[in-house]
Amino acid sequence: MKKNYLCSLLILTSIFLIGFPFVTTSRAQQPLELKWGGDAEGGAPYLLPNPKNPREIVGFEVDLMTSLAGQMGRKSVFTQNQWDGLIPGLQRGNYDLVVNGLEITSDRKQQVDFSIPYYATGEQLSVRTGENSINSLADLKGKIVGTLKFSLAQRILERTGGMEIRSYENQNNAYDDLVLGRLDAVLMDWPIAVYYSKPNPKLKFAGPVIEQMEYGIAVNKNNPELLKQVNEGLLHLIKTGELRRIYEKWDIWNDETGRLFTKLASGEVHGQVYEDFTQNITKQLTWSERLRRYAGYLPVLLIQGAPMTLLISLLGMAFAVALGLILALIYLYAPQPLSWLSRAYVEIFRGTPLLIQLYLIFYGLPNIGIKLSPIVAAVVGLGLNYAAYEAENYRAGIQAIPRGQMEAALSLGMTRAQMLRYVIVPQAMRLVIPPVTNDFIALFKDSSIVSVITMVELTKVYGQLASTYYDYIGVGLLTAGIYFLMGMPFVRLARWVEIRLATERRVEGV
Amino acid sequence: MNSLISVSNLQKSFGGSAALSGISFDVQVSELTVIIGPSGCGKSTLLRCLNGLELFDGGMVRIGDITLDRKANLSHGDFNNLLRNLREEVGMVFQSFNLFPHLTVLENVVLAPMVVRKVDRRSAEEKAREILNKVGLGERLQHYPSQLSGGQQQRAAIARALAMSPKVMLYDEPTSALDPGLVGEVLAIMRKLDDEGMTQVVVTHEMNFARDVADRVIVLAEGEIIESGSPQEIFTAPRDERTRNFLQRYL
Ligand SMILES: Nc1ncnc2c1ncn2[C@@H]1O[C@H](COP(=O)(O)OP(=O)(O)OP(=O)(O)O)[C@@H](O)[C@H]1O
Ligand SMILES: [Mg+2]
Repeated sequence: MKKNYLCSLLILTSIFLIGFPFVTTSRAQQPLELKWGGDAEGGAPYLLPNPKNPREIVGFEVDLMTSLAGQMGRKSVFTQNQWDGLIPGLQRGNYDLVVNGLEITSDRKQQVDFSIPYYATGEQLSVRTGENSINSLADLKGKIVGTLKFSLAQRILERTGGMEIRSYENQNNAYDDLVLGRLDAVLMDWPIAVYYSKPNPKLKFAGPVIEQMEYGIAVNKNNPELLKQVNEGLLHLIKTGELRRIYEKWDIWNDETGRLFTKLASGEVHGQVYEDFTQNITKQLTWSERLRRYAGYLPVLLIQGAPMTLLISLLGMAFAVALGLILALIYLYAPQPLSWLSRAYVEIFRGTPLLIQLYLIFYGLPNIGIKLSPIVAAVVGLGLNYAAYEAENYRAGIQAIPRGQMEAALSLGMTRAQMLRYVIVPQAMRLVIPPVTNDFIALFKDSSIVSVITMVELTKVYGQLASTYYDYIGVGLLTAGIYFLMGMPFVRLARWVEIRLATERRVEGV
Repeated sequence: MNSLISVSNLQKSFGGSAALSGISFDVQVSELTVIIGPSGCGKSTLLRCLNGLELFDGGMVRIGDITLDRKANLSHGDFNNLLRNLREEVGMVFQSFNLFPHLTVLENVVLAPMVVRKVDRRSAEEKAREILNKVGLGERLQHYPSQLSGGQQQRAAIARALAMSPKVMLYDEPTSALDPGLVGEVLAIMRKLDDEGMTQVVVTHEMNFARDVADRVIVLAEGEIIESGSPQEIFTAPRDERTRNFLQRYL
């Protein structure tokens, strides 16, 4: 006992020693990334290459995201993406959020969820300095008006009608054409106008801002957990005045945003999505409503979660069974250093938490250039861990085969390898079926742990549903029930095999 | 000399205590040699040295043209190859049968020819059927060992060894684990093989069998050969005191 204890202490110490330099330089200790997409070509004040150092991207949205990510305990990582491809990129999973002057509109809300607004503004008309006849939308009849492609301004102009609309990729080109007289007016989001029109002495603002609009952070529809975190983070930044400081630094603080923030801070007004979201939590449900809602969860759990859980478990177990056999054979038959290494493997993987192993594989290995996808990391992590247990099963099974079997095989002229392959291992396999089946059921339930490495499986889906609807008990029982029913066939199988082998042995007992 | 087996000055000890101390004897082709002696005298150890299941400390064993010699310094790999060549020539039958329980009788018999000699399944099965018919198990091909009686199991084990076409068959108390009623059927097989000219070395306590069938009887005591000769000599006129004491218990 004492020797074993000392041994594991030594192993643990060596893990720390090996792991220490690795961890301090690694990402594993740093916060999780919060990846967001935007288009730095969009320009000031949103996102632009720093004029002093073009390799750096700056903008009020960069400052916003740095603060927000910090508030969420994560690290802001900007991902460049073409502006009109930002939402498809989000849906493809290239990044977690889109933050790039995205107006909250009802048609976009069908594709993505929006956070509470982080900025409110309107559209600003600009004209040449000498122009005095244009002061409102109504004055644009028969004129040539420039704007940005796919923007709210473009839709306002289309709705108003009666003018020629020119859509630009780039605000510079639009304002240049206005100066040159190719356009009579330009309608753009007020912050853009502040940066590209106001400083130009040949241009001026015409009239007050038109229509109110709000920018929101877009989040994938299936990610209510993240949405909730973003909203909480934004609200905190609003209440502490952090956002206002950022906007003042960028000279885009305005009355609209001021009013918006007052409402948000006092809890008066929430973004539409936020309202939908909180309604789910606070609404009292009748029993039949509740049951209908649970019936609605079932397909989500069964389609999104269960197959992945089953797949990871089966692949992980196949890996564990194969590696376990190799480890056991090395331990029993290979020469000294190898045999010792196999033993060390078993002790280390049995003696350290699976959770830590998964973290090391998923977040640690990339530091030495091995970047595994979540599913591969999950299968490898479960497989490596359970291989240690399977190795022990096999070792016990092989050692339980009578010595006479080995002697009979050798006396027939077989090599050791042939003896193992045709005589010993097949018999050991039959002995280890019951313990291996039991381990599979344990692995099946342990697979819930891989949700920590971004795997979306049964437990992850449970977490998402439970936090969205704030219903940990109902969804929890439902999920546990699914695990139970899915594990049932394997429990049955284990018992059936055990009974079968027991009766066989009774016949064999000569 | 026409001897098929030659053992000279064979020595073996376990942790300092000698199990075999200087055994020498020869076996001619087609002879049936019976080894008798009290429990613990080294009969099993001697037999196991003959097919390399036990490694001896000194002396030499030759079977056919394969020689195991402690003084020949062979590499690990060469030695293992030599052992395997030897074992292919020597069939071994154990007291506890040691059939492979996960295989049918037929599979037990074809396994080694297919795996070791690389015979194809069809000819291996053909030969296996022939041998199993000879030992009276033609009707039990698809049975598992657990479904056979002790006598049938031991006959299957003999068939398994015969399938490798060995030059020599070794038996270590082949009938000791059997009900008295089943002993005869196993001895009958050995008798039949003797008639066919198989060279056999048998450790047994079946003195009637030894007297009737053996060409020569070797008496072992405390790791030494104390006497050897024709069954007539040993059973009717034993010279050594220890032989007389031993035989009294069986006759
Ligand atoms: N693997 C072993 N390790 C230690 N001692 C052994 C080993 N095998 C045999 N011996 C010893 O060597 C001696 C000879 O044993 P062996 O089994 O050859 O006797 P035997 O004549 O076959 O006896 P029995 O009639 O009981 O089978 C005995 O004293 C036994 O205890
Ligand atoms: Mg013995």
